[in-house]
Amino acid sequence: MIEINLNGEAFEVAGDASLSTLTQSLDLEGKRYAIEVNEDIISRSEHGTYFLKAGDQVEVVQAIGGG
Amino acid sequence: MTQEIHAESPLVIAGKSYQSRLLVGTGKYKDLDETKLAIEASGAEIVTVAVRRTNIGQNPDEPNLLDVISPEKYTILPNTAGCYTAKDAVRTCRLARELLDGHDLVKLEVLGDQKTLYPDVTETLSAAETLIKDGFKVMVYTTDDPLVAKRLEDMGCVAVMPLGAPIGSGLGIRNPYNIKMILENAKVPILVDAGVGTASDATIAMELGCEGVLMNTAIAAARDPILMAKAMRLAVECGRDAYLAGRMPRKLYASASSPIEGLIV
Repeated sequence: MIEINLNGEAFEVAGDASLSTLTQSLDLEGKRYAIEVNEDIISRSEHGTYFLKAGDQVEVVQAIGGG
Repeated sequence: MTQEIHAESPLVIAGKSYQSRLLVGTGKYKDLDETKLAIEASGAEIVTVAVRRTNIGQNPDEPNLLDVISPEKYTILPNTAGCYTAKDAVRTCRLARELLDGHDLVKLEVLGDQKTLYPDVTETLSAAETLIKDGFKVMVYTTDDPLVAKRLEDMGCVAVMPLGAPIGSGLGIRNPYNIKMILENAKVPILVDAGVGTASDATIAMELGCEGVLMNTAIAAARDPILMAKAMRLAVECGRDAYLAGRMPRKLYASASSPIEGLIV
């Protein structure tokens, strides 16, 4: 297991986890979200081949109500 | 100028035409049902949303805003609310573009302080420059300063949106003369964004000649948001028609409406 930072909190994922592994474990499949790793956008098409490293700062965002 | 405008002319933003000149936010509603009904009643075609961290571990069946306000039906306008630096605003817009499959129309707002939520103009200018270079179509929230509005237009913003009054204040159009000055020089749509409290405020903005009005709290914080959404729809249409019709000149003294000739006295 490795530790990443997910939306501001420590989070453990498998050492070989890709972003797809992460989104599946978070039940985000089929939902509208966007992911940034270390302040770079990782486009949806790359999630399966983007492997997480210890210490990565991951942000998962979605649209919510706002003006 | 008035003669060139046709009553049926749509609002055009970044090359896309809209029948409705009322743009609405999705914040502060009781729930998603109320959000959906109010937005339908408003007739709005452009709807703002915020971008926030997904609540990790939330109920996966919890409905998502974009399931209710579908990007197929509405033009979604992601905002940068809550951003106090150009860097954060640019980052938020890039996330929004990814979230919305490359949709590049954004509402840029960079705020200066939490008490007034006034736009930070220098950070706004800086963010607008970066975003435009990066291919975004920027609708920009700004102060009612005519020089700043012009500069944002010259930079390439697709719409300039001066405030009527602070966000969520409901104080109405506090400086109609500045809005008029902004309108006089504008070649892109000018929309009042923020400050509207009730229907007459929206009408005033449109009577001044604004191309549209963007609001959230005035509808969401009304006792009956769905009824207020309808009132705002009518108010915006009303103000637009009155603007196109061209109001009579103001006079200090009376002018009789009935003929003087033929009086029996």
